[in-house]
Amino acid sequence: MNIIKVLNEAFPFLLKGFGITMQTTFIALIIAIFLGLLSCLAHLSCIKIFSFLSDVYVWIIRGTPLIVQVFYIYFAIPQLIQHFGINFRISVFTASIITLGLNAGAYISEIFRGGVLAVDVGQTEAARSLGFSKWRSLIRVVLPQAIRISIPSLVNQFIISLKDTSIVSVISLGEIIYEAKIYIGRTMESFSTWTVVAIFYLIIVTILTQISMVAERNYNRVNKSQC
Amino acid sequence: MLIKVSVKNLYKSFGDLKILKGISLDVTEGEVVGIIGPSGSGKSTFLRCLNLLEQPDSGEVFIDKNELKKDKNIDKLRRNIGMVFQQFNLFPHITVKKNIMLAPVDLKIMSKEEAESKAYELLKRVGLADKADSYPKQLSGGQQQRVAIARALAMNPGVMLFDEPTSALDPEMVVEVLEVIKELALSSMTIIIVTHEMRFARDVANRILFMDGGRIIEEGSPDSIFQNPKEERTKKFLSFVNFDD
Repeated sequence: MNIIKVLNEAFPFLLKGFGITMQTTFIALIIAIFLGLLSCLAHLSCIKIFSFLSDVYVWIIRGTPLIVQVFYIYFAIPQLIQHFGINFRISVFTASIITLGLNAGAYISEIFRGGVLAVDVGQTEAARSLGFSKWRSLIRVVLPQAIRISIPSLVNQFIISLKDTSIVSVISLGEIIYEAKIYIGRTMESFSTWTVVAIFYLIIVTILTQISMVAERNYNRVNKSQC
Repeated sequence: MLIKVSVKNLYKSFGDLKILKGISLDVTEGEVVGIIGPSGSGKSTFLRCLNLLEQPDSGEVFIDKNELKKDKNIDKLRRNIGMVFQQFNLFPHITVKKNIMLAPVDLKIMSKEEAESKAYELLKRVGLADKADSYPKQLSGGQQQRVAIARALAMNPGVMLFDEPTSALDPEMVVEVLEVIKELALSSMTIIIVTHEMRFARDVANRILFMDGGRIIEEGSPDSIFQNPKEERTKKFLSFVNFDD
């Protein structure tokens, strides 16, 4: 148990691993926000097949564990495609961001949907009565408010996704958990290493929480009197 | 006289509940029509049918001889019908000025500069020139409702619909909003207003409709309705109204 030794020796590995964690999370979340918005709009659309597809997507993702999803994307689907005689391979990194993106996208879709429901129906009526189409009033009036309402839950999802990235160590993505396990396998420094790993996560989650508080405060400046 | 709004035999129910039971009405250009009646009589539903915020079950609505149909360029026809709501429904995430500019600019009716000068002109008209950069929540109810009126006017509508515009306001603020509507009426805007402000209806409207149970029970000039109501139901309703103050 020598934390100084771990810091000296393992820090570069862990930092590199954490860099991969951050990078994976970041790209996955960009995909997730896009997917979430798309899925939310599909759900709200009057075209039945779109809202059906959105519901199925959310149903599958919420109904299965992330670890099954990552195995499915990395092992199951390539095997299925290869079964049809197509030579298909997927890299660990690609599989990781696709899985995490799909996963967070479903939750973000629900977060946005909740935001849209929280906007008063009078807003749509006011926009429609000014001559906005259904679509335009959604884009120009409802969504800007819905997204603002969604910020706290959205940041919460970002934090969950950041930590969920540790799950993809099971397909050997060289993120922080993977690097930590290798280091511990070599040195048996379990306590010190996991402590450092936990601190890495804590620091980033704290920074994210602070950013979200500043963002919330900015958007709700007018509401501040409520405190 | 030019017929601005024409309604023929409007029916509307919500489930089993029949709200409107055959309403017809012609409003000429520049006329101010006040709709009064007890709660639940269908006044607001009727008004909301006039720009198809509610879809009537049957009957027709014409604005400037164009029939309003749900899919038939309703968005275009709505530009010509200003609507003011009981709860104001200002857009809370943008400033007062941008509330007024949003529709004309986004629907490409005015350039940004035109819309901006129009916004200032309208804010001046409703007495809020100094509030252009405020957010709706920073204003009082009366001020918000005046902004809502300015927002509707920015589209240069031919008709203005008011759905109980002062019902959510405290008495002090009612007056400032009614003043704005009164000024609008004097500028020969065609107005249909659902209201519980009987004195205002009497002073400003050219014609009063008394509604109950989804029908127009009685209509006529303010004098005839308020001083000599013919129907028992009208008499009973007005007996609760006090004009002496």
